[in-house]
Amino acid sequence: MARLMLVAFDPSEVALGHGFASALGIPFDVLLLSGADPAEIGAERTLAANLGDVPPADSIEDGVVAQLGGYSHIASVSSMRSKDHLPRWAAHLGAAMVTDVIVVEAENRFRRPIVAGSMIETVEVSGSPIVMTFRPSGFAKFSPNGTAAADSITIPITDRTRRVGASARGGARPDLTAAKVIVSGGRPLKDAETFERVIGGFADSVHGAAGATRAAVDSHIAPNELQVGQTGKIVAPDLYIAAGVSGSTQHMAGIKDSKTIVAVNIDPDAPIFENADLGMVGDLFVVLPELQAKLAGKF
Amino acid sequence: MKIMVTVKRVIDPYAKVRPLSDGSGVDTTGVKFDANPFDEIAVEEAVRQKEKNPVIEIVAVSLGGTECEEQLRKALAMGADKAVLIESSENYDTLAVAEEFVALVKAESPDLVLMGKQSTDGDNNQVGQMMAALLGWPQATFASKLELADGTARVTRETDTGEETLEMNLPAIVTTDLRLNEPRYIALPGIIKARSKPLEKRPPSSTATSRVKTVKVEAVPARSAGKKVGSVDELVAELSARGLF
Ligand SMILES: Cc1cc2nc3c(=O)[nH]c(=O)nc-3n(C[C@H](O)[C@H](O)[C@H](O)COP(=O)(O)OP(=O)(O)OC[C@H]3O[C@@H](n4cnc5c(N)ncnc54)[C@H](O)[C@@H]3O)c2cc1C
Repeated sequence: MARLMLVAFDPSEVALGHGFASALGIPFDVLLLSGADPAEIGAERTLAANLGDVPPADSIEDGVVAQLGGYSHIASVSSMRSKDHLPRWAAHLGAAMVTDVIVVEAENRFRRPIVAGSMIETVEVSGSPIVMTFRPSGFAKFSPNGTAAADSITIPITDRTRRVGASARGGARPDLTAAKVIVSGGRPLKDAETFERVIGGFADSVHGAAGATRAAVDSHIAPNELQVGQTGKIVAPDLYIAAGVSGSTQHMAGIKDSKTIVAVNIDPDAPIFENADLGMVGDLFVVLPELQAKLAGKF
Repeated sequence: MKIMVTVKRVIDPYAKVRPLSDGSGVDTTGVKFDANPFDEIAVEEAVRQKEKNPVIEIVAVSLGGTECEEQLRKALAMGADKAVLIESSENYDTLAVAEEFVALVKAESPDLVLMGKQSTDGDNNQVGQMMAALLGWPQATFASKLELADGTARVTRETDTGEETLEMNLPAIVTTDLRLNEPRYIALPGIIKARSKPLEKRPPSSTATSRVKTVKVEAVPARSAGKKVGSVDELVAELSARGLF
């Protein structure tokens, strides 16, 4: 019998799963690994494991898989964390896995981007269960009202891999994957201080998030978790402002689902203009401050 | 100590590619192939570890047709000691690939398997983690720093919000992210010299399975080039007209 287990690593992922679960159209349960007060999204059962910090993937594999019996589909929101954990569950279950689903065509037929998002493949999966990660931007948004009653469960932790340190930077800005406005900077931002002042300052003034290209991250202009693209974050804001970004296939792979893309580039022939809704040729160090001043208080 | 490194032959990540006109797959006519960039980072990392600790033996492995020899030769030129090609031109899904490499791990008994976090064609990001699960080994994905000591690995890995450091006992699987290192440039003579290093071909350990079948490949409809604005005022007016504020 078809049944989905939606695994949320933290409570923010529960509401993001509603659109995907509706598209799949089969009864579903939610397994919340950490945090409390999961949103009410119409799950038949909600289980809460209260893991606190989710431990390393090898330490909870057995415990999570023990909860997955009887499900035909197991899915999580795409993230570095879910990509770390879910393939282990799939292999443990002898199951096929599909990464970054953007469209559900049937219970065993899905669409997903390949080759840096330059093409979309449709895959058909045989066998059960099917393990998946999905990009919420491909599915309907849902604003829950109220939280679901959750049954507490215990997921045993086998202490194999030890987490000896962690750093979360981030600060007060919204998360890239949830932000309505993102301003991104590339290589010409020069250094971390300039990036923070020009891009960070702009982001703060529009209550948005700051993003970066790989070139900016590689040159230590921006921290790695701000990288947007094929091998970084996939974003889908209402407004994406790319300043000093050339528009490589790999960067564009991460921003295609943005509603409006604005490019500011000094080079009129920069490839980004081919994919931007609005383009302005100019020096970002002149254009961004002026734009920031004129947008003040509007977001 | 032995390090196994996996190397996949992929479409050159900088090439522009299109679907075949019948939508049955990716059109690769005239397209250049290269080693998966993340796998090159894995090879580079193995070589750097060997430079610090010369007793390390590096075996580079691949699964695919004879043409994959080219990418294995590149790994040998970078500094791998020997290469093994599991020769098959069948279709494997990610779990089947993991199963083939696990069979090879059992034969070769490496202390560490270094792999790219994903291949730039399939963009799946699965095989390393699947192998770790099948072997019951610890894993560290998205590594940006690797330190090996007596029977343990200390790995700094990238996360959604920053980074974390994991410590694990070997054997283990580590998958690489872009910032782990920058692979060395290999000039042609190096590749030619690598021809004298052993490259062994083996048949697959079992018949190919694919639970995941590609039934269609389509181009992404290009975002059409929009409008160029001449001033910031015009830009603000356009944003407002789009209902952004
Ligand atoms: C396997 C692989 C994965 C990758 N993954 C990613 C990824 O996830 N994300 C990503 O971003 N990249 C990724 N890349 C890298 C990608 O190919 C590009 O190299 C990178 O995106 C370029 O970054 P950039 O636009 O900042 O730099 P550049 O290409 O150097 O462009 C800088 C731009 O700034 C403009 N400029 C310069 N000065 C100014 C100024 N004063 N004002 C306005 N404009 C100015 C220039 O005209 C130019 O267009 C990947 C590459 C590979 C091979």
